[in-house]
Amino acid sequence: MPQNEYMERHRKLYGRRMDYEQRMRKKEAREPHLRSDKAKRLRGLKAKLYNKERRNEKIQMKKKIKEHEEKLQKKKEEKPKEGALPVYLLDRDVQSSAKVLSNMIKQKRKEKAGKWDVPIPKVRAQSDNEVFKVFRTGKSKRKGWKRMVTKVCYVGEGFTRKPPKFERFIRPMALRFNKAHVTHPELKATFCLPIIGVKKNPNSPMYTNLGVITKGTVIEVNISELGLVTQTGKVVWGKYAQVTNNPENDGCINAVLLV
Amino acid sequence: MTEDAVSTVLARFKSETGETVSNMMDLPRNVTVNHLQLICNSLLKQDETVPYAFFVDDKEITNNLDECLDAKKKFSTELVVDIIYQEQAVFKVRPITRCTSSLPGHAEAVISVQFSPDSRKLASGSGDTTVRFWDLDMQTPLHTCEGHKNWVLCIAWSPNSKYLVSGCKNGMIMSWNVETGKRVGPPMTGHKQWITALCWAPYHLSPECRIFASSSKDGDIRIWDIILGQCQRSLTSHTRSITCLKWGGTGLLYSSSQDRTIKVWRADDGILCRTLEGHAHWVNTLALSTDYVIKTAMVPQPGSNSDKNDNVLAEAKKRYDVAVANGGERLISGSDDFTLFLWAPESSKNSVARMTGHQQLINCVQFSPDTRLVASASFDKSIKLWDGKTGQFLGTMRGHVQAVYMIRWSADSRLLVSGSADSTLKVWDVKAKKLQGDLPGHADEVFAVDWSPDGHKVASGGKDKVLRLWTH
Repeated sequence: MPQNEYMERHRKLYGRRMDYEQRMRKKEAREPHLRSDKAKRLRGLKAKLYNKERRNEKIQMKKKIKEHEEKLQKKKEEKPKEGALPVYLLDRDVQSSAKVLSNMIKQKRKEKAGKWDVPIPKVRAQSDNEVFKVFRTGKSKRKGWKRMVTKVCYVGEGFTRKPPKFERFIRPMALRFNKAHVTHPELKATFCLPIIGVKKNPNSPMYTNLGVITKGTVIEVNISELGLVTQTGKVVWGKYAQVTNNPENDGCINAVLLV
Repeated sequence: MTEDAVSTVLARFKSETGETVSNMMDLPRNVTVNHLQLICNSLLKQDETVPYAFFVDDKEITNNLDECLDAKKKFSTELVVDIIYQEQAVFKVRPITRCTSSLPGHAEAVISVQFSPDSRKLASGSGDTTVRFWDLDMQTPLHTCEGHKNWVLCIAWSPNSKYLVSGCKNGMIMSWNVETGKRVGPPMTGHKQWITALCWAPYHLSPECRIFASSSKDGDIRIWDIILGQCQRSLTSHTRSITCLKWGGTGLLYSSSQDRTIKVWRADDGILCRTLEGHAHWVNTLALSTDYVIKTAMVPQPGSNSDKNDNVLAEAKKRYDVAVANGGERLISGSDDFTLFLWAPESSKNSVARMTGHQQLINCVQFSPDTRLVASASFDKSIKLWDGKTGQFLGTMRGHVQAVYMIRWSADSRLLVSGSADSTLKVWDVKAKKLQGDLPGHADEVFAVDWSPDGHKVASGGKDKVLRLWTH
């Protein structure tokens, strides 16, 4: 170990040798050749280690070059974000909320015609055999006038069953639902909302009456929680949604709000 | 006539400040407001009939004197009833009822809307980075001013209605010439974060209308000269974002901040005079009792027929002095802790009153132009009315179904307009504390509302990118 910085001292006193710069330049110029020579000659594990190191070096080099290039480039002007807010809302976490922009008259007209442009326009027809199971009754199970609904149903709150003798359709408790997971297509958010009623089951008006919910059924949901407002400043509470899954298979109802 | 109807009480008239006007007189107990008006007018020797409101024991006389008297005063012949009279505005602003035009043009939400003090022009700032001027007579666009690089958050008209300054989210401030729609001077940079408020020096303090102050999210207040485009002074002491800035008529700057304090600065030398503490959460908004007088300093008051422009400055000073005649300048602050504080910031650092009652944060507070009332809008969907002098609670006005963002008084202090997140504007009758009219029309939240200083028009802008004009 050197006891003093004698090399530095010497350099300071007498300077470098005259051809120092030239030698350095040449050494540097020879460097790639030496490297490639080495890379060619190495074999086995040493070559593996060397190449790995070299590869990492190259990656770092490229990164640095790119950084410098970016620095030289002129920065593009950032476009202002959408969804401008006034000063008093800037520091608050405001939830993005889409308002009901469709006007009420249009909606009324659609309702009258009973037609909506729905996300699932074509619905697979479901036969009675699929929806209802024949329920054998009588002492020797000879009678077959009773039906059990095998699909998910919505049953209104005040519903009382008829006496068994007159009850043609049984809607099992386990298949009764009163909540649905409704997605707002503009907000891209899903809410668990109470169902108000079944508006239309495209398969048959009888299913609509019974409240059978299958894929493609239009249901009415209570969206007062979302805080949507009409143009006249009233809170909207009932809106339609279309069921997008097969609730009887999944055990839950997923639906898309019709905006 | 029954005996009850003719019985009299001993009464005398007093002004708001407590000066007795006349000797005691016997008034019949069933004397109506109209009669009192006549008596008062003749006692005060007014050449024009001025409308008055009469109060007994802080209760307003709405029909006749009898209903405001308690049992003791009714039957005593010794007690003197003090009838306090308050002068009302001579002119009446007609309540707005319809939308006369919707002005599309902005490509993004309209964030700020303001009428010029002379009520001839309208300016709006929007999220599409432009400031637009609108011609009120034609109801057409006048100029589109491009230059900002981000949302234009706040705008402010100079008292002489010749310039407009606008601040954007990048912290840049620009001033615009209203006549040409061109920029005046270079853009003013210095703030490191977005601009939260802009306010001009009152006209009677700087009649040349060059100086204004700006506050920013970074906690600084800067005072600028628009002709030079330079920052004259920067006032730093707030530790968090400043939310509101007001320039008082005595040369004091009031700033409220999210660090829960309100600071009072002397604008001339930038010295911090006092810090008003009391709020437990962000202070959101400030209002001065002299806001209206300062804003309309250069314009003759609506109703008054003095169109002579010989000495505008003296007139402005006089009007300011009248406005602060009893009790000086008062400041009210609304906060995230759901309370309001009333201050007398010129003299003391203690609050005059603490007003509680709101159930959500308070977003906007406004003194009525006659300085007697205060209205506060809150996110709890209600608007509350308070006495401007004592801070006493007067009433609540409910009707909005979502947060109320902004309120504005009409020039005669009889009406109030509010804009809300439920996409409607509502006009309120202040005396009856009732809804006067509902103004649907916007398709989305209403962010900004302004009532023109002459009372003829209301402008509103919101998230649906359309500016709307409303008249009676």
